[in-house]
Amino acid sequence: MNLHSAIVQSITESAGNVFTTMLGSEIASGEVSIETTSPEPNDGVVSFIGIAGSWAGTGSISCSPALACRVCAAMLMTEATAVNEDVLDAVAELTNMIIGSVKTDLEHHLGPLGLSIPTVVFGRNFKTRSAATTEWINVRFDWDGEPLLIKMCLAPSDKAHAIHHGGGNQTCALEV
Amino acid sequence: MESDVLVVDDSAAIRKILQRVLRQTGMAIRSIHEAGDGEEALSVLGQHSVHLVLSDINMPKMDGLQLLASLKASAQWRNIPVVMITTEGGETKVAEAVKLGAAGYVRKPFTADQIKEKLVGILEPALPL
Repeated sequence: MNLHSAIVQSITESAGNVFTTMLGSEIASGEVSIETTSPEPNDGVVSFIGIAGSWAGTGSISCSPALACRVCAAMLMTEATAVNEDVLDAVAELTNMIIGSVKTDLEHHLGPLGLSIPTVVFGRNFKTRSAATTEWINVRFDWDGEPLLIKMCLAPSDKAHAIHHGGGNQTCALEV
Repeated sequence: MESDVLVVDDSAAIRKILQRVLRQTGMAIRSIHEAGDGEEALSVLGQHSVHLVLSDINMPKMDGLQLLASLKASAQWRNIPVVMITTEGGETKVAEAVKLGAAGYVRKPFTADQIKEKLVGILEPALPL
């Protein structure tokens, strides 16, 4: 199995496990794609968490404000009708658990990795960019008709540095 | 005897979930205190008597492993059982927590049963009504 396949499989399994365990609900995985161009502007809630070690990158979850409220309601068993502190915190923790689980899976292949504290952004028409990497693995999910996107970019730390300074795109190309 | 528990996690969502799960375990719990990081946890411990600490590992300011080390180095708090609850599933962090004296380890995402299983033998069950 190559790293790309391992990441997709781990994201799919981790998301399913977290939704079942913490939200009491199933989530369906769908299209997998590679994003190599600058991402389109975002509307809604985007949560990021950094991965560091011999390989470095970012894991991200994007969803609509409505889906973020539903995540909060299911996770905290409380009503959430607008994006507030509880909603942002619930999405951050969802990201922490899913990407944290993926990180643990990848450590079997890549050695010890560290995880940052998650950051959540809520707004309209904003763009995001990773300074180190240009290739993202996108895994789209459907939660009762609402789309949820989980993304990850990962590259060897020395390669990530080289890419940052104009090197080629080496992300996820290695066999593990 | 009813116990007092301290939940330490930088995520308010996880603190709320653990509050709910702890109440569902059927253990004799009198109060549940909260802290958002290790420093805040030490402050809470200075003000309240606590019989069990449930702590995340990855937190700002003072992380869970630093908190665990501080508690085990303290004559006052070294006997308080500390259960780590975290996304960190790596062998390194687990081994470090065990080496420092953690009483147990639960990986997120968790179920109420997994939490209860770890608390058996640490907290007493509630008396039947």
